[in-house]
Amino acid sequence: MALHAVPADIRKMGGVARMADPAVIESIIDAVTIPVMAKARIGHFVEAQILEAIGVDMVDESEVLTPADEFHIEKTKFAIPFVCGARNLGEACRRIKEGAAMIRTKGEAGTGDVSQAVLHMRKIQGQIKSLKGMDDLQLMKVAREIEADLDLVVECARMQRLPVVNFAAGGVATPADAALMMQLGADGVFVGSGIFKSEEPAAMASAIVQAVHHYDQPEILARVSKGLGAAMKGLDAASIPEGEVLQTRGW
Amino acid sequence: MTRIGVLALQGDVSEHVLAMQRALFGRGEVLEIRRPGEISGCDGLVLPGGESTSISRQLEISGMAQELKAAARSGMPILATCAGLVLVSREIEGDAKVRPLGLMDIKVDRNAFGPQRESFEADLQVEGFDRPYRAVFIRAPAIVDVGRRVQVLARIGEVVVGARQDNLLALAFHPELTEDMRFHQIFQKMLEA
Repeated sequence: MALHAVPADIRKMGGVARMADPAVIESIIDAVTIPVMAKARIGHFVEAQILEAIGVDMVDESEVLTPADEFHIEKTKFAIPFVCGARNLGEACRRIKEGAAMIRTKGEAGTGDVSQAVLHMRKIQGQIKSLKGMDDLQLMKVAREIEADLDLVVECARMQRLPVVNFAAGGVATPADAALMMQLGADGVFVGSGIFKSEEPAAMASAIVQAVHHYDQPEILARVSKGLGAAMKGLDAASIPEGEVLQTRGW
Repeated sequence: MTRIGVLALQGDVSEHVLAMQRALFGRGEVLEIRRPGEISGCDGLVLPGGESTSISRQLEISGMAQELKAAARSGMPILATCAGLVLVSREIEGDAKVRPLGLMDIKVDRNAFGPQRESFEADLQVEGFDRPYRAVFIRAPAIVDVGRRVQVLARIGEVVVGARQDNLLALAFHPELTEDMRFHQIFQKMLEA
């Protein structure tokens, strides 16, 4: 993920957070052999066009940056895939309808407090479970209530999951946090501040990779969690003043 | 009952599991292979698409690279797609971060077609198929050199995108993402042989 600062620092700096300098993103693309994702502001389709033009593999239309529009980007107009944040099934379906190829449960970015990531994952999973066994009329009622496309709601009901990959993000700071999100049903996790604000970023990153892979093996989780130095200090998500909460950006 | 393992270290594992279940028509079991000791219990193995650097690192860290090599040498049929094709090669062009397993006498160019925005679909003329095969290429690799024992199955321009060497079937594209099961049928014949 290419961005000009990790969410924990974006929080501290304040001001308007925008797409990173394309020169910086290009230098990251040149330095690594893995796919590179970069963040664009919610609704800022020109930032997304620029990211596509420089060869970024995927765009994160992210609430961590300052939103540019009440509308999200029309993602079907792009050749490269997008990931978008969501806190509930309605929000996830709206983003998928706009063309999101992946959903990231929002959590509360840059806090190191996993509670919001858990809340949003439980919410989406619970809503999908509740669709099981519903007939067409009941599904239509739900689709109307959660302001989601009916076909997508029907698909979620049938598949018993989102029809796209569902990552967990926003507060994951330890191998145990990562495994927790996997056990709750995530397909993967995004970790930013949790790695770069820890005492030993390389060791923490490697341990989190192992934890995601062996998420249901407590003995292995115990082994990889040992001696990693301090995790990021973090911020209790409940203590954040209303105007500084990131998860409520977008709709 | 036939047991097919899908290497589940990273990549499009669930898509491969579903496609293989479809191909087997219930006459077999498809397992996700996550840990050492699980490969030897399989009759066939799938190396899925994904990110070859990540899969390579996990193979080395877990010690599964050695098991995979032993299974391939014992004649276990292996379907290697996209990143899997990179892993089974003997040599990778200009890249030291992936450690190739050296199972197949091919030289590979990772991301030969460019980044994500250059992903594409194409109709391939495939050796032994009576009509074109619609293939999905995602940040795909290409085979730029093949050894004498390698049978070329499909090309795009100068490069090879499908090849077979004995018990190894390597495809630069994603047969698990389309309905056309003809490559799975080749793999099934390899299992029966």
